Amino acid sequence: MILAIASGKGGTGKTTVATSLARLIVQRGRPVRLLDADVEAPNCHLLLGAAPGGSEPVYVPVPRFDTDRCTACGRCAEACRFNALACVAGRVLLAAELCHGCGACLDVCPVQAIDERPRPIGEIRRCNVDGLRLIEGRMHIGEPVAVPVIRQLRRIGHAEPGATTAVDAETRQDLLTIIDAPPGTACPMVAAVRGTDYVILVTEPTPFGLHDLRLARETVRQLELPAGVVINRGGQTEDELRRFCSEEQLDILTTIPDRREIAEAYAAGHPPYDASPEFAAAIDELADQVEARISRDPLTTSAGASGGGA
Amino acid sequence: MKELVVLSGKGGTGKTSLTAAIAALARPVMLVDADVDAPNLHLVTQPCMQHSQDFVAGSEAVIDPERCIGCGQCARVCRFEAIHPGADNVDYGPLQTVDPVGCEGCGRCATRCPAGAIRMEPTTCGSWYFSTTEYGPMVHAGLLPGAENSGKLVSLVRSEARDRATETAVNLILTDGPPGIGCPVIASLSGAHLVLIVCEPSPSGVHDLRSVLTLTHHFGVPATVCINKWDLNADATQSLESELAAEGIPVAGRIRYGEAFSRAQRQGIDLIALGDVPEVAEVSAVWDHVNQMLQQNQRLPIHQ
Repeated sequence: MILAIASGKGGTGKTTVATSLARLIVQRGRPVRLLDADVEAPNCHLLLGAAPGGSEPVYVPVPRFDTDRCTACGRCAEACRFNALACVAGRVLLAAELCHGCGACLDVCPVQAIDERPRPIGEIRRCNVDGLRLIEGRMHIGEPVAVPVIRQLRRIGHAEPGATTAVDAETRQDLLTIIDAPPGTACPMVAAVRGTDYVILVTEPTPFGLHDLRLARETVRQLELPAGVVINRGGQTEDELRRFCSEEQLDILTTIPDRREIAEAYAAGHPPYDASPEFAAAIDELADQVEARISRDPLTTSAGASGGGA
Repeated sequence: MKELVVLSGKGGTGKTSLTAAIAALARPVMLVDADVDAPNLHLVTQPCMQHSQDFVAGSEAVIDPERCIGCGQCARVCRFEAIHPGADNVDYGPLQTVDPVGCEGCGRCATRCPAGAIRMEPTTCGSWYFSTTEYGPMVHAGLLPGAENSGKLVSLVRSEARDRATETAVNLILTDGPPGIGCPVIASLSGAHLVLIVCEPSPSGVHDLRSVLTLTHHFGVPATVCINKWDLNADATQSLESELAAEGIPVAGRIRYGEAFSRAQRQGIDLIALGDVPEVAEVSAVWDHVNQMLQQNQRLPIHQ
């Protein structure tokens, strides 16, 4: 099963939930692969105390011009819908960060002066930590476009053979893939969650949290994905949030209470699971719900394997 | 006219709440909500909308089923795996269909279609608004769920804000930025005078602060750092402050961890309006520092 952990609002505890859940399910004997798809701020490794290595670059193809052939006719610049090409003073200029690598310029060049070169925009790193497989996507700082890194991460993550835990994973059904998605509801979030089997939306019972949950809910609905909610920093003010979840038929999978000790453990870089019995109980409950869902619906969506679009 | 952009890298560090509190101290200001895919500033500033407009950007391939001959050329040239075979056509192969979420609007399929069956249609990605608030005018926006072009929308709201700010007596543009370091963040940096980065003293908070500092340095925009929830890890706060000092990066101040910000949020008001809480003095000190930096900063905005 492929499970995405998302939220509209940032800082609601997505990564804390993803890493704690992944750890616990591994301890319970199921192999887990955790994909850190928050490629602009990949933090799973920090919460797991892991040091992923073996950097593999993620490339976007960008055009390369044969200046001997190019007549600076400007058709490539006209064809580019992303304003990545300009024809100035008899030369074609490329703004590589704006290039989506679509290849439209190649098609229109009348003198075949264009081929492509790979341009690195990010990297994929991997490691094992306490039986958990972590695969991280990381966008280079200064790059604007996260989606190709997320797509490549999912391509690699879903294709990586077998599991890496003590448990023998004979079938794909035994493996749980957890994707830690980026915040928001724009194309990076969609690329991380589309084609998954279930989406956990982490929220908090504040006006900001509820507002952004509505947006995330709408996005997930358009992608036709089943979803449930984890309430973080729960407390006395959950009524409106609970009403929204019941109207939307969103299961509340667990509630993590608002406790200073949890925030302090997080700030110190310690797993809140060890620091707070209430936190541990909440994650236990979540893991039970996830296990129940896996046994109810063990299918792995094959569409998920090719990674997201957007 | 000066522009201050509030960023964080990591989400949920208190960017929006701090922006609203600064707006209360600095008013009148021109407010901009540049967190276009999860905007929250309006929940505090309660804008009264004066003008609303669709945000049309980019395009999307549309296949005419009457003309599609099912050859599959479009699917083969699409680099975004956005075209898939749909229902069978008796005369030819399966008709092709476009997945609008996957389509990036490059137009390559339209160019290559031998039957001329594909046209590119402009897409509405969201809306933007001009409003009035008790803090001053405000330009904000909403991206449709899953939409693209968030960077362009950020550039649009900022440019509207600049135009309108020159028409009014406001001399500070205060921009609540998006999280992360990607296109909407880069779009919120060009021409800004100062970036205030809101950070929390956790390993993730510091890691993401570092990414944003690298980005602001890369684009040549001065930055200052505010440490929120500092007392959750006093040691980390102290070592972060000394590291930043050693690197010559100013620290605007510390704000404690407490329930005041979320209480204000629940009441739909800014922190300053909450009155008698210690965070008010802390935020005021941050604003004094930031304001001083803005006044000293005489140079022209850097354009990319």
